[in-house]
Amino acid sequence: MAPKRQVRVGNQWMNARDAWHALEEARRVTLDEERRQRLHDLPFIRKYVFSTDHKVIGIQYGFTALCFLLLGFCLMILMRLQLGWPGHAFSVMKLIGEMRAPGGVLLPEAYNQLGAMHGTIMIFLGIVPLAVGAFGNYFVPLQIGAPDMAFPKLNMASYWCYFVGGVIMLASFGYSGGTANSGWTSYPPLSDIATHGQTFWLFGMVFLITSSLLGSVNFLVTIIQLRAKGMSLMRFPFFVWAQFVTSFLLLLAFPPLEAAAVLQLMDRLAHTSFFLPSGLVVSGTPLGNAGGGNPLLWQHLFWFLAHPEVYVLILPGMGIVAEVIANNTRKPLWGYRSMVGAVIFLGFMSFVVWAHHMFLTGMGTVISAFFQTTTMIISIPSVIILSALFISLWGGSIRFNVPMLFALAFLPMFGIGGLTGLPLGLATADLHLHDTYYVIGHFHYVVAPGTIFAMFAGVYYWFPKITGRRLNEFWGKVHFWISLVCINGIFFPMFMQGLAGVSRRLYDGGIQYAHAKAIAEQTNPFMSICAIGLLCAQVPFLINFFYNAILSILGHRNEIENQNPWQATTLDWAATTSPPLGHGNFEVMPVVYRGPYEYSVPGAATDWTPQHVETEEAPPTGGGMLPEVAVAQREM
Amino acid sequence: MSEHAAVPDEVPEAHHEAPHDAHNDPEHIKREVRVYLLVFCSLAVLTGATVAARFWFDLPMGYAIAVALTIACIKGFLVAGFFMHLLSEKKLIYSVLALTVIFFAFLVWLPIHDILDKMGK
Amino acid sequence: MTAHADAHHELEIPYNVMPRPDTGVYNAKLGVWLFLASEVMLFGALFSSLILLRTGAPSWPVGKDTLHVLPATVNTFVLILSSVTVVLAWANLRLGNLKKGRIFIGITLLCGLIFMLIKAYEYNLSFEHHHFPSTNNFFAIYFTMTGLHGLHVLGGMIVFTYFLTVGSKMWHKEPQRFTNRIEVVGLYWHFVDLVWIFLFPTLYLL
Repeated sequence: MAPKRQVRVGNQWMNARDAWHALEEARRVTLDEERRQRLHDLPFIRKYVFSTDHKVIGIQYGFTALCFLLLGFCLMILMRLQLGWPGHAFSVMKLIGEMRAPGGVLLPEAYNQLGAMHGTIMIFLGIVPLAVGAFGNYFVPLQIGAPDMAFPKLNMASYWCYFVGGVIMLASFGYSGGTANSGWTSYPPLSDIATHGQTFWLFGMVFLITSSLLGSVNFLVTIIQLRAKGMSLMRFPFFVWAQFVTSFLLLLAFPPLEAAAVLQLMDRLAHTSFFLPSGLVVSGTPLGNAGGGNPLLWQHLFWFLAHPEVYVLILPGMGIVAEVIANNTRKPLWGYRSMVGAVIFLGFMSFVVWAHHMFLTGMGTVISAFFQTTTMIISIPSVIILSALFISLWGGSIRFNVPMLFALAFLPMFGIGGLTGLPLGLATADLHLHDTYYVIGHFHYVVAPGTIFAMFAGVYYWFPKITGRRLNEFWGKVHFWISLVCINGIFFPMFMQGLAGVSRRLYDGGIQYAHAKAIAEQTNPFMSICAIGLLCAQVPFLINFFYNAILSILGHRNEIENQNPWQATTLDWAATTSPPLGHGNFEVMPVVYRGPYEYSVPGAATDWTPQHVETEEAPPTGGGMLPEVAVAQREM
Repeated sequence: MSEHAAVPDEVPEAHHEAPHDAHNDPEHIKREVRVYLLVFCSLAVLTGATVAARFWFDLPMGYAIAVALTIACIKGFLVAGFFMHLLSEKKLIYSVLALTVIFFAFLVWLPIHDILDKMGK
Repeated sequence: MTAHADAHHELEIPYNVMPRPDTGVYNAKLGVWLFLASEVMLFGALFSSLILLRTGAPSWPVGKDTLHVLPATVNTFVLILSSVTVVLAWANLRLGNLKKGRIFIGITLLCGLIFMLIKAYEYNLSFEHHHFPSTNNFFAIYFTMTGLHGLHVLGGMIVFTYFLTVGSKMWHKEPQRFTNRIEVVGLYWHFVDLVWIFLFPTLYLL
């Protein structure tokens, strides 16, 4: 039963339920009747499918991205079955077709396809659309007090461009020659001469890159131009800063990959030799092309994007973790200004470190030293941000709800991921570690228990705002603990494997090499069992998520209680639950009077003071600005 | 009953007629047009010059590249500065472009440095 | 709130037409400059590829002896002309003269068409000499860069066509917003011209 809070509406004190009805009436009055009617007249397809509302688009991105994440994970399960028990027949393997897995035994060629597509799907179809397209789209306009994104139709175009790119990528699985199999990095000459699946990959990438470009323009203009009155740059929630820098990275780093994709398409379709050196011989036959190309050209162009891309993967996650930590420690973030400076510096530096992925391509000492130096420098802002988040915990009244558990776990997990990046950034150490499982362990730690945990934190944190229901805490904790244990079980042994010299992209996990056999046999089955455990751990999450989402759609929601259940101060929580479509999010454009994390302000009535309230003396009424101002208007 | 809620003054409404400020004053625009036509003539002359420079003078490749790129930069400056009115544009736009130019420079220079290294130069 | 926005189920987005005071720009102008920044990186990557391939090549054909300079020079003039006509179109719209504005947009579109036709003729000349993208890296990068540039010209032409036909209805309801749109397309078109200004000497003369 909801506690009997008394809420002040106009001159009266009433209980929450009556207040809600009074305010609903006020809202109906203040809404433009004609406009609301016209919105109801919009056909379903314009309202929920081809919608220009950032919230619908955010949900579309979110749902599509979560599906792709699950698909990418399932591809990995198939790979881990092969790695744990190489050459064994598994009936589940038959799902990918007799040609790829005759009798349930995965072929090496098919393993390569799974590997390439796992990486591509997780990065470009899963994490970036979820972190930027879903969370960014839904919450950036809300957090800055904007009615929508600056270009709503462009936003819709971005989503559908992503969708088409995803369809093309998926279609490549159906192709008889197999899908892309040259790694997510698509290095030529191999990718130039690969089967048609690679062409699908390239076209898919063109659509995905276009989607990202359009989206990033939208985000940047929205953040700069549409912020509410009083929302100065240093009053942005850190999530908005993270999205801002992320959008700059997407804007300026993606085009070289688009250029490279065009060049590779020309190589494959028009028989040019941009990346094909002279005298190339394939399986005993000379290729017969003009030659004169340079495979390293692809690597430079690819990594020029792909390095900023990894910061695109982590920054929104850091933003979410910052929000959740500030909220659940009931105190402002420590070192907000340093974090902002660090994230801007990080964004800038991310453009000049790319060739640390190319230390073994025969680069000269000067250029290697340059990239090694910039790579070491770029670790500094990451450390600043992580340290600030750690120190933010000090002296806080920590609430251990599910979003906070994920956010807390993010900190040491990202710490491990980041620290293991350091030897990789040093050219000499990289000689030993490049292309080994150490690299896989490093980047998975940053992305899997790092970003994905931050994504889960975001889902559990913002679910009430979107749906009006809270996800079940108990099953959330089950999801969290089992995931945490299993995920470490999968990725930690990878460091050991890498140090022992187990190469990556080997379909049997390394057992064919004498130096790798022992460690591979000892660790791979354990890691595979943990992977299956991780898959099982997602089941409570899926059930929890769909159960509550469906109930919410059917109308079983508590809009008052779940309008701001975390008692958060940022503007997104000031909007109503499931803010109305096409109505501009806020009844009255908010005015911002204070920073984003005014928790436990001395002398305030409560331990949280929302950004949009002018004085801290009065308790905020349910955190919603809508009731207060709308009724105040009515009383005038 | 309250009207549709008031919007703070700082959010200006869309106007239906061209705003009557200094930038849309007819005299100002006519002066701008004169500048555009002057720039057009300069661009035409420079185009002719760059072709002529290449065909009439037998310069070594290094000098030819320098001359061609210099003329191209001047033409580019004219188009960007006057046609795209960058010379009178806001600081915000400049900063975006400055950032882009820096990254563009890295993108062009570093791979060249790499290949020169490998060629032993 | 303004009636026209309601009529299209549209949400009124602030600073679509009038600039935001502290930044001094309206939304679409910032948007197009950001987009152009990304295009700088796109063509920049291709220029970088060109330089890298050329530097690493044992021999490289000389542009003026290998390609057809005359059609390309004519094309350069055509594009410069189109640049000035589009900015004159914008100036006329600012003066409130829709008719003249449309004439200049039309001339710009015509120039774009002439550019594409001359380019097609030029490509044909190359094919007749059995010069294809697959011939060598010089032709590969030549066709790729001019092809991508041509696609950008085509894109601009499609947008101009839209503004001459369906899109011009906006003038009667929101003339300032329409003028802004022409300014924004003009900026894109000038960028396309700018790329050609660098592409022409780099490929054809050197």
